[in-house]
Amino acid sequence: MSLLEVTHLSKSFSGLRAVDDVDFQVEAGEIVGLIGPNGAGKTTLFNLVAGRIPVDTGRVVFDGEDITGWTPHAIARRGIGRTFQLMRPFASMTVRDNVTVAAASSSPRLETARELADAVLDRVALAGMADEFAGALPTAARKRLELARALALDPQLLLLDEVLSGLTPAEREPLLELLVEIADEGRALLLVEHVMAAVMRLSQRILVLHHGQLLAAGTPDEVTSDPDVIEAYLGEEEQLAGS
Amino acid sequence: MSTVLRDARGQLLVLAGLAALLATVPFWLEGSARTVMIRIIISAGVGVGWNVMGGFAGQFSFGHAAYFGIGAYSSAYLLVDHGISPWIGMAVGAVLAAAFGALTGWLSFRYRLRGAYFALATFAFAEMLRLVVQGQEWLNGTQGLQVPVLAESSWWMLQFSTTSPNYFLVGLGLLVVLQAITILLFHGRRGMFIVAVREDEEGAEASGVDATAHKVMAVAVSGAMTAVMGTFFVQVFFFIDPALAFGPAESVAILLPAVVGGTGTLWGPIVGAAILIPLGEWTSKIVRDPPPFLDFVAGRSGIDLMVFATLLILILLFLPKGVYGSLAERFRR
Amino acid sequence: MSDAGASSRTGRLQTRLHVPRWVWGVVLALVVLLWRWTEVSDLAVTPAGRTIALQALTTGLLIGGVYGLVAMGLSLIFGVLEIINFAHGAFLTLAMYLTWVLADGVGIDPYLTLLITPLLMFLVGAAVQKVVINPAMGQPLENQLLLTFALSILIENALLLAFSANPRSVRLDYANASIGPVEFPLRIGGAIIELPRIVAFVGGLAVAWALFSFLNRSRVGTAIRAAGLNRTGASLVGVNVDRIQVLTFGLGTAVAAAAGVLVLPFLTLEPTTGTQFNILSFVIVVLGGLGNIGGALVGGILIGLTQEIGGLLFPGQSKLLPVFIIFIATLFLKPEGLFGGGAE
Ligand SMILES: Nc1ncnc2c1ncn2[C@@H]1O[C@H](COP(=O)(O)OP(=O)(O)O)[C@@H](O)[C@H]1O
Ligand SMILES: [Mg+2]
Repeated sequence: MSLLEVTHLSKSFSGLRAVDDVDFQVEAGEIVGLIGPNGAGKTTLFNLVAGRIPVDTGRVVFDGEDITGWTPHAIARRGIGRTFQLMRPFASMTVRDNVTVAAASSSPRLETARELADAVLDRVALAGMADEFAGALPTAARKRLELARALALDPQLLLLDEVLSGLTPAEREPLLELLVEIADEGRALLLVEHVMAAVMRLSQRILVLHHGQLLAAGTPDEVTSDPDVIEAYLGEEEQLAGS
Repeated sequence: MSTVLRDARGQLLVLAGLAALLATVPFWLEGSARTVMIRIIISAGVGVGWNVMGGFAGQFSFGHAAYFGIGAYSSAYLLVDHGISPWIGMAVGAVLAAAFGALTGWLSFRYRLRGAYFALATFAFAEMLRLVVQGQEWLNGTQGLQVPVLAESSWWMLQFSTTSPNYFLVGLGLLVVLQAITILLFHGRRGMFIVAVREDEEGAEASGVDATAHKVMAVAVSGAMTAVMGTFFVQVFFFIDPALAFGPAESVAILLPAVVGGTGTLWGPIVGAAILIPLGEWTSKIVRDPPPFLDFVAGRSGIDLMVFATLLILILLFLPKGVYGSLAERFRR
Repeated sequence: MSDAGASSRTGRLQTRLHVPRWVWGVVLALVVLLWRWTEVSDLAVTPAGRTIALQALTTGLLIGGVYGLVAMGLSLIFGVLEIINFAHGAFLTLAMYLTWVLADGVGIDPYLTLLITPLLMFLVGAAVQKVVINPAMGQPLENQLLLTFALSILIENALLLAFSANPRSVRLDYANASIGPVEFPLRIGGAIIELPRIVAFVGGLAVAWALFSFLNRSRVGTAIRAAGLNRTGASLVGVNVDRIQVLTFGLGTAVAAAAGVLVLPFLTLEPTTGTQFNILSFVIVVLGGLGNIGGALVGGILIGLTQEIGGLLFPGQSKLLPVFIIFIATLFLKPEGLFGGGAE
């Protein structure tokens, strides 16, 4: 049994099929890349798995339990952490408190949560900024804060929506290492990313989403040589060139 | 705006010190000055209550008179019609207010009311209560309720001679309790969640926090706190009617101390009340008894409120984060 | 799901009048309900019952037109500036006192002041926007709410100071005149309809029509609509949004002023007269959809009817109670307003 099993998942927005009959699994400890052109439905897929928006059809089974229709906070506590593409820090709270919130949501003692938060901040190299206001952080630090908050839930699965984009290559490297480390602890990562080199290097498997549909799935090599995938991306490049 | 608070013990110590200092007031202040102090206490108390919802939880209430009125009417009705102690009435009022807040809050959040819509809904709920109470004969309709004067003072019936320091001390005690609740709540886990939800609801939910539950909790706690002061108000002034209890003017009076002092700050509402009430007092005194160069205003109603409104406009324009809020911000830099 | 229509802050102004068919259904239902009342209530079957019902219906309809006009001004201001103007009712009161001075003091026919009062109030509104509201445009909504509330206290008490709390009124000499065979006050099936109420209704519709034409046809109107749909877009195409906001606030105030002139001949005037209009126009504006000008007009008539008919159906309760019940129901069930959907 896989850690995450998604079957026949669909979601339409007033006629537009943002996610269209998608099936896939994620195994424990696995790093899976989710790629696709802009508007392919990646963020929507995350929102469906995390319970942020209700599904039209389909099921999400996590760790043997059907979590379809659960509230976002229940899913978070059940063991799925997520980051947001458009970051959502608690701006007027300190970095430490941002992370403590997540740590405390499943721990009745605030002191324990604070300790956990500090440990997590240490891991993502934010310990030095723990007392700054989250709203005042630069982008790179905010991305790591998102990750820290998700990690503080002690999740079995992390949904990471473009945590690498907007970072310089130098900022990226340590984060990549951290992600590998996190996966080595047995946590699964589902990674939406535009930085192709990084996804390909990191992921054991790649899912390609296009117009809401799962276009291809396989190892990085299989996927990059898939003619459908090449066409989908070429199509996008042509559009880009034309505009 | 606040951050999550640190150092509960320090804040509680400040509160204790302040309380000790204020407890001496009735022994050197008398008559109308003492009444002003009592009004500051009431204003600060309702402001502290409002601030839990409107400040820390970020749910702007334009209808907090609903809770004040529930507190006032619960105890007044139980006392006037059934001779029940206002202490019990106070508890009943707090529970009813919490229930009313939880229900209306839950409905509003369930239907995703925000911003202007949320504020207008709170306003409408208070107005509905006012109109309903107005139409109830058993609550004496628009006439309101009058607390019967007892022959002798009684702690149990919360009634003392007019010169007794006890009214002030009781009010101070209540204010201290309300402020202590706020301090403890927002140094704790629940309060931290409430603030997180204010800062970013989706982010909070993704962090495992039940946003709706915490918003509802904030409304209920805030309502109960405000109701307590409603009961105290009736006991001090011996009278309540639907407009006084549930009217829009009361709703505004409740949110003003927090807004003037600084919404979402721990001490803002108390600072706000300490500014607003004396200010109002001072302006109406000038009208009653103006200095020579202003004698044309003598006895004219309207001027005091005009001054008041003008000052409010100036504060909103030039200190939009409130007096305490703006100062606190400058200090942190 | 995350972005409810209620929280969106762009694209609010709607300046077309579109009445869905079901609105007529609601009006019909109200009338039927009322008729049923005449058969079952204490006053049932007696001619008096019918008369009272008819009176409620006409009174509600006629005053509803004026409510609609007041609310249109408020909705216009919200549609363009996105602020909730709690001083709208106070401006209306101020306009009424202006008219009272002109009529009672100077001796001008109250209806003729329609040419003066709204103009003056336009200037007042524009000035207030520029001096007080504009600096607060970036502030949180609640600060703006309080700001306009403080403004209303200021206006009300200035009026109290200037005119005292004594009720004032302006009465027409020709209220009971007859025009040809038509005698005023009109009597229809026992119900009495006073001339000033008819003038207020008809005049209200006329001003509403003028506002529509102005917004939809004139150049300035086009600029206002552009600013009300997309502030940034409008400034990109060369609309001076700051000036448009000043203008719009003035215009909204002038519309309230016109309503004030129209109601003065049948209301008594006190510094707090506007309060009730204020509260009702909030209800109406939400009912019609914030920023939906046409919706405000129709909503006004619906609320006028609701108030009067509700007063009959639930005697002993305040007429406002059914209004607030409708208000809450709208907020919960159709926060975009009864005629919403157009703003998507
Ligand atoms: N809440 C929403 N309402 C309407 N349309 C949406 C919503 N969220 C996403 N969409 C649409 O669904 C499609 C997929 O979007 P998204 O999942 O954000 O794509 P990606 O993350 O792959 O770039 C896009 O066309 C987007 O406009
Ligand atoms: Mg995306």
